[in-house]
Amino acid sequence: MALSDEQRARLETDAAEIIARYPRSRSALLPLLHLVQAEEGYVSADGLAFCAAQLGLAEAEVTAVVSFYTMFKRRPVGDYHVGVCTNALCAVMGGDAIFAGLQQHLGIGNDETTPDGKLTIEHLECNAACDYAPVMMVNWEFFDDMTPQRARDLVDGLRAGADVTPSRGAPRLCTWRQASRILAGFPDGQAAGGHTAGHATLAGLRIAREQGWTPDGGQS
Amino acid sequence: MTTVLLPELTARWDEPDSFTLAAYRRNGGYRALPAAVRMKPEDIIALMKDSGLRGRGGAGFPTGVKWGFIPQGDGKPHYLVVNADESEPGACKDIPTMLASPHTLIEGLVIAAYAIRADKAFIYLRGEVLHVIRRVQHAVAEAYQAGYLGTNILGSGFDLDVVVHCGAGAYICGEETALLDSLEGFRGQPRLKPPFPAIAGLYACPTVVNNVETIASVPFIVGSGAGAFAAFGTEKSKGFGIFSLSGHVTTPGQYEAPLGTTLRELLAEAGGVRAGHALKFWTPGGSSTPIFTSEHLDVPLDYESVAAAGSMLGTRSLQIFDETTCVIRVVLRWTEFYQHESCGKCTPCREGTYWMVQVLDKLERGAGSEADLEKLLDICDNIVGRAFCALGDAAAMPVISSIKQFRDEYIEHQTRGGCPFDPAESTLFVREPA
Repeated sequence: MALSDEQRARLETDAAEIIARYPRSRSALLPLLHLVQAEEGYVSADGLAFCAAQLGLAEAEVTAVVSFYTMFKRRPVGDYHVGVCTNALCAVMGGDAIFAGLQQHLGIGNDETTPDGKLTIEHLECNAACDYAPVMMVNWEFFDDMTPQRARDLVDGLRAGADVTPSRGAPRLCTWRQASRILAGFPDGQAAGGHTAGHATLAGLRIAREQGWTPDGGQS
Repeated sequence: MTTVLLPELTARWDEPDSFTLAAYRRNGGYRALPAAVRMKPEDIIALMKDSGLRGRGGAGFPTGVKWGFIPQGDGKPHYLVVNADESEPGACKDIPTMLASPHTLIEGLVIAAYAIRADKAFIYLRGEVLHVIRRVQHAVAEAYQAGYLGTNILGSGFDLDVVVHCGAGAYICGEETALLDSLEGFRGQPRLKPPFPAIAGLYACPTVVNNVETIASVPFIVGSGAGAFAAFGTEKSKGFGIFSLSGHVTTPGQYEAPLGTTLRELLAEAGGVRAGHALKFWTPGGSSTPIFTSEHLDVPLDYESVAAAGSMLGTRSLQIFDETTCVIRVVLRWTEFYQHESCGKCTPCREGTYWMVQVLDKLERGAGSEADLEKLLDICDNIVGRAFCALGDAAAMPVISSIKQFRDEYIEHQTRGGCPFDPAESTLFVREPA
């Protein structure tokens, strides 16, 4: 994809804001890559060259960084990036079955996108939600305690354009590009919403309250 | 009945607005900071030393000592970097902390920056947790607005700017020098130490890198005193911490307790291993720590006792596996993880993890031989102590410890010519139709 002059002008304004956050400009490279990914859905050749130009780097230097980090994609990603944790614990608890079921259901393999451009599926490494295993992520929002059936319902809902709410996350699931923009450091105003402390997060606290083990004797 | 759990960091997480500045203040937050900025920075460092707080990110280095390594009056900028790149398989404590109470982290961060005389701090947050990022961005904005960040904080003359910096998917960036390279805009590869970050860290300037839970423990210590913190825990492992129970346990979740609590005690609160099943093996501190079995239920979960029993406390990430689980499958999957996450800088880790995956895959399929076990141990021997950073050593830990504890199961795969386990039995939805 080629960036239009309008896009380029807008990105340059955002890039200047990002670069100003850091004592040394090169530190802005990861957020800049998130920014161009937000614009095009992936890091295109144009996006990569844009980042290099902003920071006075060779394109090869930027390529070396892009290829190191799994969140940067070099091919277009669907509106919804659907991840299934298949690290050991989630895999054992059902992540393997969920991922196998999704591939069959959607007719695509790992790191592939549905023909309608809606969904990309990918198996993930540990996403720090082991107490909610098996875990899925859609556009990096948590979908906890998943089963093969819930996973199929989730992707069917996403493809049908239904309202989908993460288990712990924003009330409104945003798109892949919108998510990338937040990663670049531009909030979307959804921080205050959403249910976030799920059953497992509060498991110990609930027991402590029942036992009167809290600092205030369980009165609150 | 004896008190087992001690909610302190987690005490207000069930309030619906716990993540807001208003709720944090309502519950006594931002009372340590005004006291801190009236203290001399070196007195705060002494307080941290007295509290006995040790790094909660896995290595357990004394926090006050780390802060004390920052040279003073050197004319260079100092930096504080919060390691919020929680990615260790099994670790899931910092993410809920930042979702539910990001201001605990911010208040600790301002105090820590003041103590080491840093006027710029970074929160390096893994990128794959969107709502956590929103919450931390929001808390930083609220703190600026309230005058807890910015210039002349609470009239003290102390200035501090904070940048929330999102990673892009790389486990190795949890290693502090790899994190610094990543924050400088490079591939996240570890640096040779020494020099340590306290001397030459971010932009070659003195830098403290601390884990989220470490920094979140600071307001309590400043607010309640070093003695109040040191009253909990064991002689050398002071205070409280979050234990994360996951896997085949009746009630998985976050359990905050004094260091030195045992898995038997925690499991009793969590309803035990899932109904009808028995404990087979577990990790005390995530996948990078040698696995334990039911023989280790009474090991006090503090740095010294876990080390004496042959493993590491790490991040207190207690992954529980019952008897339906194939240990080779789990170890293979962890090894695939280390292979994927190896940064490629050094040969033992880059090549060793690659070969271990191939051998383990063969063994899981029942196509291996006993000589393959010796081969695996030989590869491990060539990684441990020879890799550039701890990732290589970590990759070898599950392999060595599983062969030690479950050699018979490895052999059984060979004699049967396949895996004796049905993977459906270990899932949580055994009865759900495909």
